[in-house]
Amino acid sequence: MLSESSSFLKGVMLGSIFCALITMLGHVRIGHGNRMHHHEHHHLQAPNKEDILKISEDERMELSKSFRVYCIILVKPKDVSLWAAVKETWTKHCDKAEFFSSENVKVFESINMETSDMWLMMRKAYKCAFDKYSDQYNWFFLARPTTFAIVENLKYFLLKKEPSQSFYLGHTIKSGDLEYVSVEGGIVLSIESMKRLNSLLNIPEKCPEQGGMIWKISEDKQLAVCLKYAGVFAENAEDADGKDVFNTKSVGLFIKEAMTNHPNQVVEGCCSDMAVTFNGLTPNQMHVMMYGVYRLRAFGHLFNDALIFLPPNGSDND
Amino acid sequence: MASKSWLNFLTFLCGSAIGFFLCSQLLSILLGEQGDTQPNILHNDPHARHSDDNGQNHLEGQMNFNADSSQHKDENTDIAENLFQKVKILCWVMTGPQNLEKKAKHVKATWAQRCNKVLFMSSEENKDFPTVGLKTKEGRDQLYWKTIKAFQYVHDHYLEDADWFMKADDDTYVILDNLRWLLSKYDPEKPIYFGRRFKPYVKQGYMSGGAGYVLSKEALKRFVDAFKTDKCTHSSSIEDLALGKCMEIINVEAGDSRDTTGKETFHPFVPEHHLIKGYLPRTFWYWNYNYYPPVEVSLEILLYKYLD
Repeated sequence: MLSESSSFLKGVMLGSIFCALITMLGHVRIGHGNRMHHHEHHHLQAPNKEDILKISEDERMELSKSFRVYCIILVKPKDVSLWAAVKETWTKHCDKAEFFSSENVKVFESINMETSDMWLMMRKAYKCAFDKYSDQYNWFFLARPTTFAIVENLKYFLLKKEPSQSFYLGHTIKSGDLEYVSVEGGIVLSIESMKRLNSLLNIPEKCPEQGGMIWKISEDKQLAVCLKYAGVFAENAEDADGKDVFNTKSVGLFIKEAMTNHPNQVVEGCCSDMAVTFNGLTPNQMHVMMYGVYRLRAFGHLFNDALIFLPPNGSDND
Repeated sequence: MASKSWLNFLTFLCGSAIGFFLCSQLLSILLGEQGDTQPNILHNDPHARHSDDNGQNHLEGQMNFNADSSQHKDENTDIAENLFQKVKILCWVMTGPQNLEKKAKHVKATWAQRCNKVLFMSSEENKDFPTVGLKTKEGRDQLYWKTIKAFQYVHDHYLEDADWFMKADDDTYVILDNLRWLLSKYDPEKPIYFGRRFKPYVKQGYMSGGAGYVLSKEALKRFVDAFKTDKCTHSSSIEDLALGKCMEIINVEAGDSRDTTGKETFHPFVPEHHLIKGYLPRTFWYWNYNYYPPVEVSLEILLYKYLD
């Protein structure tokens, strides 16, 4: 009896130690995961207003009408309340938005990817979107339903970028040697990047379906690895002041941090005026954001935008 | 003998499996993320105040929101600047010693800067903040008394410095530009006041205290005078109702603050409560109190209440 319990206990101890070791190793591999931001990123900047004004009035009108973005939102049944909020709010400003889900959900229409593995979902969604829309859209934006995106600012950012070049941009994070775009801030791919990605999806050596060995590697990292083989590299999107335009945090969190870290510059130090995404919002916060971004106005303040992007016709919008 | 060592080995394996499992669970909990839960603030009593925070977001030091910094280099604020000169608003913020760091500080760093003049009213004077000392006690039952004394102070010291006199709480957000636009259409020499109009108890209605309200110069004069001549009573624990009753007695009109499409511009709750359909239950007192029929939320919002 005694010897059994002692061997049991030894077993428990060994098991725990083994587990802890693996976790630590996993973390070390995955990187100086959270220590990032200030390594050398490839930086991409938003266009300058002067450059925009140089474009003729007619051309600008043309641009604002013809610039189209296709939005991919990856959802799971547990995201249902966020899904509802996202469906009713910012995705209405995408020229087309489709929801790719892990399984069929009765309440909402979606494209069933029939897998609950995020990387598999992402692959299938990209393939599906490419197959259907490669000739209709030049820019593909992928997001999770926890993200709030301002599509007009996205369009403005991409305005002078050539989609026939391989763009892969968003909020980048460096993990060891790999620089990847965080899915939480939203991932933008140009049509060229989509082409290259899709040609690799069928090659398991370059783009394996099962990336990690012991621990699962997150889907955004897997995407980066895959794209790297195709010569597509992640770039961090910034405004003229060097502030991130794609954000993995919510406005509330930014303000909280700003109040602690640099209380003398809360608004200035916080976020870009032309931010495209914020992440970590609750469904209610999404509605408040819509209201704040599109509807609430301070009387007497005129913002002379060089371009106006209107949401698609019939999108039942504000 | 062999079976015993087998048994031992088996228990060892079991133990290691259980140990592994428990450890991984523990680590996933420890390393996992906490979800963000929003406090659900629904007041069952229209005259209830928001209970003071448990002090978690206590922020030290100076704060500068740079609310006026020229972030938008292409922004044209001529009209807003014009209105700033034409429609002079004195804001006084109802606060107390325990809320200076927690709440009043943030009001001061943000919207209060857009008032032509702002005063922070507290029971005690604080030369550093600065606050005006009303020489009252703190507490819900003191609110009306504080309000009376605050308006009196403003009347005695700043009557000629503004056309309109706004009362707001330290958990309210005011968009002054929109308030000016509303008031620009009215004459401050006429006795009128604006806010979120409630219908019960007072024939012409009264303004919700939480959403903030603004008095014309004439209204302020009459209000202060009413206490000198005993037309209105001093004692009441329900500030907004008492003020509303007094306004009716002294013939100050309860104005319509709705925008050009009939939507409300003063809001007694946070944006979520007003924006999201069905957030406030049908049986909530609020629906019966509103003077005007409900329409969707306004584009030109003036006030929001109970903000963290």
